[in-house]
Amino acid sequence: MRKNPYLLPLRILAFAMLCAVALMMTAPFLWMLLTSLKTQQEAFQFPPSLLPARPVWENYTQLFTLVPFGRYFLNTLLVTVAVVIGQLFVCSLAAYAFARLNFMGRDALFVLYLATMMVPFQVTLIPLYLLVFQLGWVNTYWGLIAPGLSSAYGIFLLRQAFLTVPQELIDAARMDGASEFTIYSRVFLPMNGPSLATLGVFAFLGTWTDLLWPLLIVRNPQMRTLELGLAYFQSAVPQFVQPNWPLLMAAAVVVMLPVIVVYLMAQRYFVEGISLGSVKG
Amino acid sequence: MLAAVKTGWRTFWGRWNQREGYVFVLPSLLHLLVFFLIPLGFSLWLSFHDWRGLTTRNIPFVGLENYQFMFGDTRWWNAVWNTLVYTFVSVPLGMALSLLVAIVMNQKIPGIYAFRAMFFLPVITSWVAVSVVWLWILDGRLGLLNYALSLVGIDGPDWLSDPHTALFALILITVWKGLGFQMVIWLAGLQAIPKELYEAAIVDGANRVQQFRFVTLPMLAPTTFFMLITGVIGSFQVFTPVFVLTKGGPLGSTDVAVYRIYERAFVNFDFGYASALAWVLFVFIFVATLIQLYYMRRNLGGMYGR
Repeated sequence: MRKNPYLLPLRILAFAMLCAVALMMTAPFLWMLLTSLKTQQEAFQFPPSLLPARPVWENYTQLFTLVPFGRYFLNTLLVTVAVVIGQLFVCSLAAYAFARLNFMGRDALFVLYLATMMVPFQVTLIPLYLLVFQLGWVNTYWGLIAPGLSSAYGIFLLRQAFLTVPQELIDAARMDGASEFTIYSRVFLPMNGPSLATLGVFAFLGTWTDLLWPLLIVRNPQMRTLELGLAYFQSAVPQFVQPNWPLLMAAAVVVMLPVIVVYLMAQRYFVEGISLGSVKG
Repeated sequence: MLAAVKTGWRTFWGRWNQREGYVFVLPSLLHLLVFFLIPLGFSLWLSFHDWRGLTTRNIPFVGLENYQFMFGDTRWWNAVWNTLVYTFVSVPLGMALSLLVAIVMNQKIPGIYAFRAMFFLPVITSWVAVSVVWLWILDGRLGLLNYALSLVGIDGPDWLSDPHTALFALILITVWKGLGFQMVIWLAGLQAIPKELYEAAIVDGANRVQQFRFVTLPMLAPTTFFMLITGVIGSFQVFTPVFVLTKGGPLGSTDVAVYRIYERAFVNFDFGYASALAWVLFVFIFVATLIQLYYMRRNLGGMYGR
């Protein structure tokens, strides 16, 4: 192939464009981080200063003394961990049955699960809220956790992965007298680590950053999640009064940080999960 | 005949023998029943009843009254209109910009992983955290954006508090937040295109623009289709950005369908009417999806032999 003389300038142009986009994507977060280290007086300076004159950490300590962000953090952690573990267990069990067991009504049931993905959430949201209210689960961890314990998407994702496990392995295990549960837990789960990780990451991000469901069923301030706590904290400021921006930014940083850490650790699975839904699915 | 019955019975018995399957499915099935199927039926029932407040006593059946009331509800139709504007601006705009970035990302460029991580920052961050910083950047008096504009002599509006600009600002933030996500989907689609097609096009003397027009775009059709459908479905259901950024204001200029449903249900506790609105929105989404499926099938049908 002939060497294209325009290739190098084009590459430089492309690189410059990506840098510009990256700046647009990250600038608000940098601004957030920088502001969280400023004093309130400095934050209200006009024209604004870019770097804090002298970085202060008080906003972060105030966050845990003025507002119960520590408690919000623990609430969120508990709910998220429970949902992730529960969803991985429930979905993988069902996925094993749909992929590898042959029982009556299996395919019809699977189609039903797929169909549920097409119904928008707001249709079931109101009755779900009334149901949880009647059950007395308002303001409880159980009320926050229970609706997330299974997902049609998770079952679908894991079933696709489980279908690729060679049949010989199952036959060999059955020959040795292994029960279906043993095959599921000793063969399928260890062999599908990446897919389980993908679902785990999605469940984590979805639950950690969810606002709507906690907003509906949490009335008691002690039961707030980080998202909800931040939303209330933000709207607690009376209108037409400039809020304490540095403190708010510090709160936003604290809320964001765990998500970013998890994302950086599991980037591969996250990207895989997205492309799985679009190209292969 | 008898043989058919016999084999039928045998398959039935064989399958019944593998009833361990039911045990495996049971937890998720119970979950589906309690948290989806029962609420779904309950929702339809609600939409024909006048249920206000959280008392369970005295809930009259009102037939189609909730649906009839909707036709004269100007706030609902305003929200529907805003939802349509939001969808038909943000979806194509987001798709086009993210495709552009994906095409650039698909070249051999140093630091791809770092770029991807940076583009993903807005995607993984929650709407609440994002709104905190954007509310300040877009603030009319002290915001960073208007400060930057003032440097070049432009007197910027109070973006999220001005009825003329609020929806527009909301759309831009949505596009900004979703760009990385859409980019990854485009990238997966781009990387699935066989290299031979480009080589053949180059042999035929196609320049870069022609390669894009006659190889890339047609080969991306399934991805485009997927993104358009999921994008429209998702945008019709937009709620969180509206809730955290504008609460439907100013003057209802960013009021959208799901926000209207939310307010009717959880601020006014008018559960019956809100359920009716939810079902109407479901029908809108369903019809929009069918229309797209029809057009896509007509335009892609020949290519994929379906």
